[in-house]
Formats: sequence, C-alpha cells, structure tokens
Amino acid sequence: METDAAAMSFSGNWEAVIGLEVHVQLRTRTKMFCGCVNQYGGAMNSQVCPVCLGLPGSLPVPNEEAIRKTILTGLMFGCRIAPVARFDRKNYFYPDMPKNYQISQFDDPLCAGGAVGLDPFLFPKDLQESDEAKARRSIRLTRIHLEEDVAKSFHYEERSGIDFNRAGTPLMEIVSEADLRTPGEAFAFLGSLRQVLLAGDVSDADMEKGQMRCDVNVSVRPVGQKEFGTKVELKNLNSISGVRRALVYEIARQIAAVEKGNAIQHETRRWDDEAGATFTMRTKEKAHDYRYFPEPDLLPVRTDQGLRSAAEKSVPELPAALQDRLMKENGVTAYQASVLAADRALCGYYEKAAAGTKHKAAVANWILNDFLATQPDPATTPIKPEYFGELATLVAEGGINSAQGKKVFAELMANPSSPKALVEKLGLAQISDAGALGVFCDEAIAANPRSVEDYRAGKSNAINALKGFVMKKSQGKANPTQVDEILKAKLSA
Amino acid sequence: MSLAHETLASLRRRLSSKEIHSRDIVKDLLTEIGAREKTVHAFTHIDEKASLAAAEKADPSLPLGGIPIALKDNLNALGDPCTCSSKILEGYRAPYDATAVARLRHAGAIFLGRTNMDEFAMGSSTENSALGVTRNPWDPTRIPGGSSGGSAAAVAGRLAIAALGSDTGGSIRQPAALCGCVGLKPTFGRISRYGLVAFASSLDQIGPLTRTVEDSAILLSALAGHDPRDNTTDLRKPETFLSKPEGSVKGLRVGLPKEYFLPGMNAETEAAIRSASQWFEKNGATLVEVSLPHTPAAIAVYYILATAEASANLARFDGVRYGRRAVDPKDLLDLYQRTRSEGFGPEVKRRIILGTFVLSQGYADAYYRKAQKVRGLLRQDFESAFTKCDLLLTPTSPEPAFPLGERTQDPLKMYLADVFTISTNLAGNGAISLPCGFTKSNLPIGLQLIGPRFGEEKILQAAHAYEQAHDFWKRMPPL
Repeated sequence: METDAAAMSFSGNWEAVIGLEVHVQLRTRTKMFCGCVNQYGGAMNSQVCPVCLGLPGSLPVPNEEAIRKTILTGLMFGCRIAPVARFDRKNYFYPDMPKNYQISQFDDPLCAGGAVGLDPFLFPKDLQESDEAKARRSIRLTRIHLEEDVAKSFHYEERSGIDFNRAGTPLMEIVSEADLRTPGEAFAFLGSLRQVLLAGDVSDADMEKGQMRCDVNVSVRPVGQKEFGTKVELKNLNSISGVRRALVYEIARQIAAVEKGNAIQHETRRWDDEAGATFTMRTKEKAHDYRYFPEPDLLPVRTDQGLRSAAEKSVPELPAALQDRLMKENGVTAYQASVLAADRALCGYYEKAAAGTKHKAAVANWILNDFLATQPDPATTPIKPEYFGELATLVAEGGINSAQGKKVFAELMANPSSPKALVEKLGLAQISDAGALGVFCDEAIAANPRSVEDYRAGKSNAINALKGFVMKKSQGKANPTQVDEILKAKLSA
Repeated sequence: MSLAHETLASLRRRLSSKEIHSRDIVKDLLTEIGAREKTVHAFTHIDEKASLAAAEKADPSLPLGGIPIALKDNLNALGDPCTCSSKILEGYRAPYDATAVARLRHAGAIFLGRTNMDEFAMGSSTENSALGVTRNPWDPTRIPGGSSGGSAAAVAGRLAIAALGSDTGGSIRQPAALCGCVGLKPTFGRISRYGLVAFASSLDQIGPLTRTVEDSAILLSALAGHDPRDNTTDLRKPETFLSKPEGSVKGLRVGLPKEYFLPGMNAETEAAIRSASQWFEKNGATLVEVSLPHTPAAIAVYYILATAEASANLARFDGVRYGRRAVDPKDLLDLYQRTRSEGFGPEVKRRIILGTFVLSQGYADAYYRKAQKVRGLLRQDFESAFTKCDLLLTPTSPEPAFPLGERTQDPLKMYLADVFTISTNLAGNGAISLPCGFTKSNLPIGLQLIGPRFGEEKILQAAHAYEQAHDFWKRMPPL
C-alpha cells in the first residue's frame, strides 16, 4: 500500500498545517431550546414545535442536560470551564435555519483550551507502527461551544423540502488549534476524540449518521517556515477515513500548485469521495459577516452554581487511564487495551468476565480474538461474561487443553451455558486420576515391548509410542503431563 | 347605561353576582363597535360569533370570568389572526397561545378583537400599519399614538373594556397618554414574552391598557409571574398590586428628573404635570429634584439596540415556512428579496437596515457595543435616582396627540415622541401612564410614574391615589 507521504509526494520539503472544527450532536432527552424529543429518525417534521420551527413569538429555553454534557466534555479534555458563559446570535439566511439566525456562542464559550491525546492504535492500521503514531502527540483545543443544529434539506427534481426534526438538536463545536501535521494525525485525532466522547456518554458520535461532522482547514508551507500558508477549508467529509483521503488529496494538490509557483486560493472546497478529489465550492471574497451579538432571550449561564460540580461527578475513567490500568493490572496488550477503551460496552463485558478468574489476559484473548469475531452485542448476548472467566481458568489450570478449549468455545456459541458443563457434555474432562492412568500405562508397556526396549536403550523418543497408546485408550482424555510422568516412573523402575 | 362604559372591576363584581352575563357585555361592546369602529378603526379583526360563543361558555366564578379583552395584533392566540399589522403575516393564524393570553384564558377572560398597531410595533402613531390608520377618539383628525394605538383607542373609545399592548420604547404608555387611558409597562421580566411577536427582545414587555389603575392592577395580577417558557422572566411570586384600596401618597418621595422638564416643551403638558406634582406635595409626598444625566443619549442608544435586535428577530419572515411568500420566485435569493420587500412596510425596512448596519463588521464596536455600554450607564442613572426617591414623576409624552400625517415623512421627529418613555425600557424599570388633565382643545395629557425595578405595587398605589382624587378618568371622548 502506498503511504500517505508518498501519495502526497512529500519530498521532505513541505509540511501541512491542519486544524479541525468538529460538530458533535449531544445525546440528550430533548432538544437544545425546546421540549421536543432529540432522536435520530422519526417521520419527517414529527418532532417539532413553535420554538424549533422559529414561529413568531416563540422563545428559547436552554437545556441543562446539554450544558452539563458540554461542561463534562470540557472537563474530559482538560478545558477551562467559563464560570459565566453566554449565548449569541449568529445571523445568516438559509432555509434550513428556522429563525435565520443560529443561537450559538461567540465571545464566552462554555469551554476553552484543553487537548486531545492521539492514541497510537487509533491511527490508520497501516500507520500504527509509524513514528507519527508512536509520538503520542497531544493536540491543543481552542474551544468547545454549544449551539443548536439546523434542519435538513432535501432536494428533489423541481422542489426542495425541509425536515425540521433535526433543527434545535444540541450541537457542540469543538475547534482544534492548527497543531495537526499529517492526514494520519487528523484520522487519529477524530478517533481519539470520539473515544473520549463515547466514554463520557455525551454523544453517539457516528459520522455516518451525521452525529459527528468535521470541517478541515489545511495549508502547506516549507518545512521550517513559521508563517502559515493560505488555508483552504474542506467540507462534505462523511467519515474519519474520508477525512484522511481528502487531506492526502488536498495536501498533494496544494504542494503541486505551490511547486509550480501558483498561489493557493483562500476558498472552501468540497470533497467528493467517489471522485477522490476536492472541488471549489466558494471563494472567501464572499465571506459571511455573521453579525454576532448577545442573545437577548437568554440569561448568561452560570456554570459555577452547580452545573460544573454536577458535570464533575459524571467524569468517567478516561480511555488513557483505562488502558494503563488494563495493561498493568490485567496484563492485556497495548493493542487490546486500546480496543477495549474504544468500546465501552465490550470493555464492561470484559471486566465482568475477568473478575472471576486470575487469568485475565487469557480472558482478553478469548473475548477479543474469538468472541469479537462473532460480532456479538455485549448488551444482549446470551453468553454470560462469567463463562469466559471459567473457560480461561479451565484451560490455564489444566482441566482441558487449548485445542479442547476451542471446542468448548464453539459449543458455547451454539448452546450458551457454563463451560464446565460443556466440558462434561462433550466428554472432554481430562483423566487426571493416577490410578486410572496407571492402568492405561501398564497396558501400554505390556503391549509395546519393542518401544520399552528402545526407551531403555536410550532412545527417549520411543516413549511417544507409549503415550500415543494411552491417549488412544483414554479417547484423548488422559492428562498428557501426568501420563508422561507415570510412564517415565514405571520404565525406570 | 351601556356596559361598554363600565370598568373591568365593576363588571367583574356584577358578573360574579350574576347580575349580568358576559354576553350582555359583548353585545353592548359590539353595539358601540358598530357605531364608531368605522371612524376609529381600532381593530384589525373582530370575530363577533366566536366572541359571543365564548361569552355563552364563560364561567363567572373565575377571577376574570366572562370579561372581554382586546389583544394587540402581535400576541398569539390559538386559531386567531396575528398579523402585527403587516402584509407579511397576511392570513397567518396563531398555532398556539402566548403565555399572557393563556393566563387570561385560564382566569376566564374571553377575547374580543385584535387591535391595530404600527407594523411590528415600530412607530409612535399607528400610522405604520399596513391595515389602515387608527384615529384618536378625542379627535379623529389626530393620531392615537403608538404602537399600541388600536388598544388605546379601543379602551378610550369604549370599544373595549381593557386591552393588552406591548411596550418596547413607550408603545403602551404614549398611546395611553394620547387617548386618555391607563397604560402600564411592567418591569422587564415581570410578564412572560412567550408568544409576543418580538420587536426588540431585551426591551419588549406586555402590559394592560385600561380605564382605571385598579383595572390595570387586576390584569397585572393575572399576567405576572415566572414562565418556564421565557428564560428572562423573574422568579419572584406574583403579588397583590393594589393591597390598599384607599391609597395614600403620604411620606412618598417623588423625584422630578430635571432632564424631563425642558425649556420649550409643550406649555399645556408642562402645566398639567406641574399641577400633578403639586397634588402629590399637597397630599403629603415630598418632591425631590433628581438627575438622569444620560437621558440625552437614550434615543440614539435605543434606535441602535432596538433595531439591531429587530434585524435578527424579523429575519424569520422569509416566505419559507409561513406568512406571505413571493409568487413564482426564480431562486432562493429572489424568494427572500421579493417576499421581504413586498411584505414589509417602509419603517420596518428602515429599521432592519439600520439594525443590520450597526451590527456589521467594522461598525459594531462604534455603534452596537458602544450603545450597550451607554445602556449600562442609563441603568445606573435610574438606580442612583431611586436611592433618593421612591417614584419618578414625568410627562409621558412631550405633547398631546398630533394630527394624522404630520410626521410620517419625518422619522426623526416621530422618534422624539418616545423621548420620555424610552429610557425605562433601556433600564428595564416599570412605569405607568395615566390621565392628568386636558388641553384647551380637549386632548388628554398623560402623567408618567416610573418605579424602581419590580416596584409595580408602589407605582400602582400612587397612581391609584392620584386617579381617585381626580375625575379625568371619567371623562368621555366626544366621539
């Protein structure tokens, strides 16, 4: 596979400067400024009221849950939380905007500063061993503010329609500093951001569903130059991998242009995923003047009178800390820790499974290698997490061997019940009774005089024929370690 | 005597004793309307059948059971028109009740008529209505004031018992003064604005227009109080606003702001106000001269902040979802431009353009943000004045009702009509206007009493005492 750098014809002379603006829909019971249910889907225009339709005379009332979740997000990224935040009106006309102004935050956002640490395992697979992944860079955030989402337009042949169900959904805008340098980092930034958002249960952050949307600002400059080049804004990025592809293309385009001596236009470009290219949408000469001013319908938000402390109580164990703990205490690999941290439901399942055994790393192997391949839903699966603890103990402590373990796992998937019971049912329980094994060994010695002779003559491999006899006689259930010991004792007697 | 001539308080007593029925009041009002509405044109819409039907169902045991109230045409009442006297809302029917309307309904009131106004409450004469001018019942060649001119003319002209208006810079008090009725602009946050079509959100306040101060207090009690739908409403519990029915002004410190008594002001107005202040003094109040030094900046500050907010508030009228839509637009921009240029009148356009300008990049610091700072100073003016006195006494309007058409070509002169009322909206304080005399040509003159924030009880008690000691409120317009 071609590397990003090769695709961008990086000769080492150029570097890209990338900043992201990420919009994240908050998962709340109701919309940002009214009592309508905040839910994806639903019949068109069924989740609306005078407020989110912007009818004359309606007024907004701020959603405390959304404010709390935004503060929580800020706390998780180490932002400064404003003691008093304010809402502003951002003015522009568009049919998907019911009031033709959006209630947003300008001068006094809820959160400022903070950073997102790049998780090496959230780089693209082909870059996880690269230096940029291993660098574990931290990307600074400028701010996080809260606003209302707009409606959704649909364009038909002759007409357009608008579904206002989405209008008024609480939306966080997370703005990064221009700290990112490569498409891989942008990819890892979004993944790492998403991982934390999921951990805090603030959003489902699914880019395909539009719950997380990303605009990219990118420019190029000669390595070593301090000043930024002319930036281009990229829009229509619908997946994390799409962001990477768009950046690879756009950076290559910009480098090629400046190498030819052409100036980069300050413009907004649209990524076309099918064409694999960006196209001019609008140039910045027509830039909007949003005429921000304080929203007179809303009082300033005091976060220092209970909202912040409520958010503090719901700060979860963050992915980085969780990974550290799983590696140190449970002995899972860094990769496994990262997979678990990225999927809180699976992680909860794993932690329950591991609780019942001291073989916690083995449980991680069963769950992440075998169980995950069956694409389970940890919330609804009939396979109790305790079963994996049991299975790991059975294999590690010699009840069954690992090949038998696989059989038990297959049976577990088909007929979920306790692995111990399955071992019985499959007749897999090893014979570890010294008396019974002694009888098998005596039979083997009596039936194989040649091998006995060879062994005693110094051909130690000859014992294998005797072991094979015992295994056959016992239908594979004899504990091989014990058989070995008993045979050796009897032969040297 | 026609029931149309009685006060709300008196009708309430007679209704609850079952001496009269709500339908009797509605019928009498409809008779008066039939006789004079053609001349006055106080209403933009009257649904006789619906009002009579509501009167039949009225429950006289409720606080306002069966009392008909007229609503300014910018208050949403479920199923009724709500045009804001604008072509852009032609045919629009309100899909919900404003909180103020719902509270009146809950108290048993019924609604009779939507009253005319300056388009989107922008004006001081009701001449900016797209639905025709309203005439002053005291002299039909003159304006009723505005923007709640329809409400004031209806109450003064005995076409309504009481009405609701809205006041952004004087739009309840100035028409009340010019029509000789009582108009109360409560403290910002006292009454929910939910369902009032916004002109300037930080200045707008709903209030009653009535024949008497007692009627005003009765309606305020029904309207006031926190509303979970309006984030800017105050959390305090509604009170009784007229707890001492006899009323006295003894010991009251009445402030006379020197900036409100200017050389060259209308002589008859000045004389009436001076004599009102003397009455307060004679009855045991002390007069204190105070200063509100930033008053000269108030009109400029107001026309920057109010228009800035209006430019955003009126952006929603775009022809996309409701109201007027341009026919066969060729694209989106054409839809916006034609809908808005055909739908809005000249004063509304002027203010949207002004408001857009003062918020624009490069100008917002010099205009919008500077005006916000001066607004803070105006607020401090009032706070420091109220450390020296309990109430401020001023004229409501610099002069009585002026002739129709006199100022329509001169917006700046029109803006001066609100010179004494605008500051209280900027500061957020409550204020009342009540009749305090008549000119030689029999035009009403209004007295304004301004209170500290949430000082409505003080305002109403003093206004009530003054009113009951005079008979200005009993005078009937000649029409």
